[in-house]
Amino acid sequence: MGHKIQLTINGNSAEYEVEPRMLLVHFLRDHVSLTGTHIGCETGICGACTVLLNGEAIKSCMIFAVQADGAEIITIEGLAKDEKLHAVQEGFWEHHGLQCGYCTPGMIISGVQLLKRNSDPSDEEIRHGLVGNLCRCTGYQHIVEAVRYAAKKTNEAATKEG
Amino acid sequence: MAQKLVGQRVKRVEDPRLITGTSHYVDDIHLPGMLYAAFLRSPYAHARIKSIKADLALQHPGVVAVITGKETKDKCGTVPCAAAVPDLKRPTHYCLALDRAYFVGHPVAIVIANDRYTARDAVDLIDVDFEPLPAASDPEAALKSGAPLAHPEFRTNLAFKTEGADISEIFKKADKIVKQKLLNQRLVPCAMEPRGVIAHWLPGEQQLTLWSSTQIPHLMRTQVALMLGFPENRLRVITPEVGGGFGSKLNVYAEESLLGYVSMKLKKPVKWIETRRENFTGTIHGRGQVAEIEMAVKNDGTILGMKYHIVSDLGAYHQLLTPAMPILTGLVLTGSYKIPSVSLSVSGVFTNRMSTDAYRGAGRPEATYMIERMMDRIAQELKLDPVEVRKKNFPKPEEFPFATPMGVVYDSGNYTLALDKCLELIGYQKFRQEQAEARKQGRHIGIGLSCYVEICALGPSPAMPAGGWESATVRLEPTGKVTILTGASPHGQGQETSFAQIAADELGVKLEDIIVVHGDTSIVQYGIGTFGSRATAVGGTAVYEAINKLKAKGKKIAAHNLGVEENAVEWDGSGFAAKGQGKRLSIGEIALAAHLAKMLPQDMEPGLSATHFYEPKNFTFPFGAHAVTVDVDIETGAFKILRYVAVDDCGKVINPMMVDGQVHGGIAQGLGQALYEEAVYDENGQLLTGEFMDYALPRTTHMPWIECDRTETPTPVNPLGVKGVGEAGTIGSTPVFVNAVVDALAPFGIKHIDMPLKPEKIWRAIQAAKRA
Ligand code: FES
Ligand code: FES
Repeated sequence: MGHKIQLTINGNSAEYEVEPRMLLVHFLRDHVSLTGTHIGCETGICGACTVLLNGEAIKSCMIFAVQADGAEIITIEGLAKDEKLHAVQEGFWEHHGLQCGYCTPGMIISGVQLLKRNSDPSDEEIRHGLVGNLCRCTGYQHIVEAVRYAAKKTNEAATKEG
Repeated sequence: MAQKLVGQRVKRVEDPRLITGTSHYVDDIHLPGMLYAAFLRSPYAHARIKSIKADLALQHPGVVAVITGKETKDKCGTVPCAAAVPDLKRPTHYCLALDRAYFVGHPVAIVIANDRYTARDAVDLIDVDFEPLPAASDPEAALKSGAPLAHPEFRTNLAFKTEGADISEIFKKADKIVKQKLLNQRLVPCAMEPRGVIAHWLPGEQQLTLWSSTQIPHLMRTQVALMLGFPENRLRVITPEVGGGFGSKLNVYAEESLLGYVSMKLKKPVKWIETRRENFTGTIHGRGQVAEIEMAVKNDGTILGMKYHIVSDLGAYHQLLTPAMPILTGLVLTGSYKIPSVSLSVSGVFTNRMSTDAYRGAGRPEATYMIERMMDRIAQELKLDPVEVRKKNFPKPEEFPFATPMGVVYDSGNYTLALDKCLELIGYQKFRQEQAEARKQGRHIGIGLSCYVEICALGPSPAMPAGGWESATVRLEPTGKVTILTGASPHGQGQETSFAQIAADELGVKLEDIIVVHGDTSIVQYGIGTFGSRATAVGGTAVYEAINKLKAKGKKIAAHNLGVEENAVEWDGSGFAAKGQGKRLSIGEIALAAHLAKMLPQDMEPGLSATHFYEPKNFTFPFGAHAVTVDVDIETGAFKILRYVAVDDCGKVINPMMVDGQVHGGIAQGLGQALYEEAVYDENGQLLTGEFMDYALPRTTHMPWIECDRTETPTPVNPLGVKGVGEAGTIGSTPVFVNAVVDALAPFGIKHIDMPLKPEKIWRAIQAAKRA
């Protein structure tokens, strides 16, 4: 039987009815049609399914949709504001941080989280912050550069505004 | 004229959809009324299937059908193998197992249900009575007499054997024979997107559409049509976004035919998405070669000859190219060196394991690893510098085109140049001094080199199983926009960008006015696909040649419309101009004229599009030199990577940023093999590394900073001068790590340590050396 839950996904609040065993990632993809969040393992290891849940990056294959009741979720589709890319997205484009793009949404969300915790990370800290996300294409170097770019860009914007 | 885009660091046009989550991979496609498939697969490596009881599954709410091998045997055909190997034993590879299962992961039954959870639930409700049988697991053990047989009907596990030439006379002339046994362990390709198929049968139109995560939509369509006995022209294959392949999707799989059959039977769209566990057990593996090598050398390091015996672990069945892998290894066996005599023998062995097949590099990383390890072994035995031994045996730049005893002709190269650049960047001489100092202090640092050459731009059709050309159609639309249809099937390599760069330069149009379409057999003319570092060198050349054809027609239209003779007009970078008259027509204006067709030369066909099927005359042979320095902790066997330098020569570079990306990613996979990855089967043929939890893919913190540089030696094989770079990193990198660790441990007299270089193995080697 379905359980009623309430979620705010990418700024839109709604009530949903879900099976208790429905994984959050399947719920987002199959029920809300937000297919930008990918599945690489379903066992919490690859990070392709990473989304922000109440501002924290989580692997959405590791929790049930019902556990997220009341939460605010941001997926890759909700990251750009008013058609303007998030600095991390921009960094990935500028620095060729992706090839096949499959790991990319999860990677970008983890990048966003890492910059929230540390606005000026060293390369080592960037690598540490993304250690939960697997990529088979890039060798990670351009991803590190992408996050570095985003950090610089965000800090520069903050200084200007400041 | 606008700046040329070829050679520029152009941002990729495919990225906006990928960084915003708005692209579509197979699993992102949803069709109304779609059903879901899940597979029951053999948990045993070798078992008799005594019975399959599906009643409980069928009674489960939401289950639509359960399908077994009995039903599909005559409906879905057999899984094809395109490799031509003489006297090859070929087990019949039905899409679902019949009375026996031959490997862990062998598909036995399919459940079709209304949703994916129900389909997976019902798999557990099927009762299969398996009787486990002895399994052939280790390939060398499988060759011993009395070993369990993978396919008892063949009475042997030897699928084929090729004998090498007798070169014993040459070996008699040697000052020294250097021998080594080297292992290239089995690997799992692990594209981050697992495979997946949607089949959609339209009974009215009598059309079957397959969306599949494949590298070869056109070849796959032909093969699946043959498997299903279905007309090829009514089968449409679409590869939407594909999340990596690395060779694992350069194949035709049972699931592709089976899903097509199920959709036709149930008259509904059906989706199957591979789980990661299925990907580990049921998608091809790579490598799996053990080699015994003997090199005949002079005291000065000159190589006289080489004997090479490969035992190749084929797995239970031949997938598309399985038995061809050790043969491909043979093609580049001599690497960057002049080795006048080679004797190669190959034993292809059946095991009750998943098939091996093309994984990034496909045969060439194996060859490169072995020859580059041997160069260091020779240096070690002769007490020479490994640089000196390599340089002594390089062909000189003026010796190109250079024919090797393996029957291929290297197109162009300057191996010393690449090696010298690499040595300079890593500071070779200085490192040797530091090493001597460090050794005095009891520190163990080492340096590893590799000088690779690879075969790319696969390839001339006579040398390929299914044609080695590539196709392109370039179409000018009436509004001047450019549509390129390519037969290649990029899945991360970025050809939507690199082909647009080529077209932008050749047509003088803006990048954003060009679209590159691929991966839909109903839209794109027949093509071969993306693998073997071929898409840009072969497919890009097809684009270039199609544009030339199109411009030849455009020139006639321009002359006619400008009212001058054809030889009085010339290309001015973005249109045709009448020489010395100040009159011109842009390519866009010519396109409109071609479509309005009011003022065309007599008897000329309207429209402005051209198709070219480009057949390469040879492979291309990119090369390069990689170097790594390491610091080994002899107390624990762990080591740190100090620096990594890669100097690659892939001919002319279209987009340096994308070339760097290919090199980085390739090195990550090479490092993965050298340090971490290993598909481990136990003696019963059970896969012990069947998940990311047990199979170690390199993560961010495992990768060193890669210092990339290049030399540029264009190929004469194609007009773009492009050689290809998709596999270079993987091919060049694996040996450097082992060479570096063995070099660091030279004071212990350690000769070799097999990959993956786990600290435990290194520690044990040190302990054994101390005892000796
Ligand atoms: S799909 Fe969630 S971590 Fe891999
Ligand atoms: S870009 Fe392909 S897996 Fe990361």
